[in-house]
Amino acid sequence: MTPEESELFYARRKSRNLALGLVLVALVLLFFGITVVRMT
Amino acid sequence: MTTQSLSTVHYAEWRDYFALLKPRVMTLVVFTALCGLIAAPGHINPFLGFVAILCIAVGAGAAGALNQWYEADIDAVMKRTADRPIPAGRIAPHEALAFALALSLGSVAIMGLAVGWLAAALLAFSIFFYAVVYTVWLKRATPQNIVIGGAAGAFPPVIGWAAVTGDITLMPVLLFAIIFLWTPPHFWALALFMEADYSKAGVPMLPVTHGPTVTRRQVLLYSLVLVPVSLAPWALGYVGWIYGATTAGLGAIFIFDAIAVARNVATVAADMVAERRLFKFSLLYLFLLFAALVADRLILS
Repeated sequence: MTPEESELFYARRKSRNLALGLVLVALVLLFFGITVVRMT
Repeated sequence: MTTQSLSTVHYAEWRDYFALLKPRVMTLVVFTALCGLIAAPGHINPFLGFVAILCIAVGAGAAGALNQWYEADIDAVMKRTADRPIPAGRIAPHEALAFALALSLGSVAIMGLAVGWLAAALLAFSIFFYAVVYTVWLKRATPQNIVIGGAAGAFPPVIGWAAVTGDITLMPVLLFAIIFLWTPPHFWALALFMEADYSKAGVPMLPVTHGPTVTRRQVLLYSLVLVPVSLAPWALGYVGWIYGATTAGLGAIFIFDAIAVARNVATVAADMVAERRLFKFSLLYLFLLFAALVADRLILS
C-alpha cells in the first residue's frame, strides 16, 4: 500500500470502529431499557 | 489474494455497512410497521413498541444484506446497483454474509425476548421469505418473481400488529393483501422503463420475458383488484370515514394512472412518462393509505 492508501485505510478503519462502539453502547442501553420495562 | 483486492476490500466505511441494509427500502418498512403497530387495538409500552419497530427495521435490513450478498453478480452488471458495497469491492462477500446473519438472529432473538414470540416468528419467516424464497428460488427463475416477492414486503404491518395484540385477525391480513397487491403494479411500472437494465442482468422480469403489452395489462389488472381490497377494511367496518374517503380518492387516481399505462404503446424508456408517473404515485399511494389508517384510528377512536 502506498502512504496515501494506508492513510485512507486507517481513517476508514477508525470510522468503522467508532460506529461499532456506538452500536454496542446503544445495545447496552436497549437491554437496560427492556429490563426496566419488563420488570415493572 | 492480490494487492488490489486486499486494499479495496478493506476500504469499507461504516456507511458501506449501512448501505447493505438498503436504508431507502427500510423507510417504507418502518413506516408500514409503525402504522400496523399504532392501528392495532390494544396498548404496548412505548419503549417496547420502539424495540419492535427497531427489530423489524434491522430484520428487514438483514434480509436486504442477504439479498445483496447473493446478488452481487447481478448488481455488478446493472448500472443502478454496480456501486453497491459488495460489487464495488468495498466489503468482502463473507463479511457481508456474517453481518447479515448476525443481524437476522439478533433482531429475531430480541423481538422474541422483549416483545413476543409470534412477532419474532413472523419476522424470522419474512427474512427467510425475502432472502431465500424470493432472492434465491424465484427472482431468477420466473417472471412472477415480483408477485411472490411482494409478500415479503407485506409482512411489516402484520408484525407491528402482532407485537401489540399477540394474535392475527382479518384486519392485519387485509393490510398484508394491500401491500401484496400493490407491489406488482409498482415494480412492473419501474421494470417497464428499466427493462434494458434487467435484460442485461438476465433477470426474467415480466417486460423482459413477455414484453411491454402483457406487462401493462397485468399492471392494470392488479390495480383493479388492489383498489377494492384497499376499501375492504372500511366496508367491513374496521376503520372509519377518514380511511375510506382517502383510500377511495387515492384508488381513483391509481386506476386512472394504471389505465394511462395500459394505453401507452411506447417501447423506449424516454417515452414512458405514464409508467414513471404511476411508479412515483404508487409510493405516495402507499404512504398516504397507511397515514390515513393511523389518522383514522387516532382521531376517530
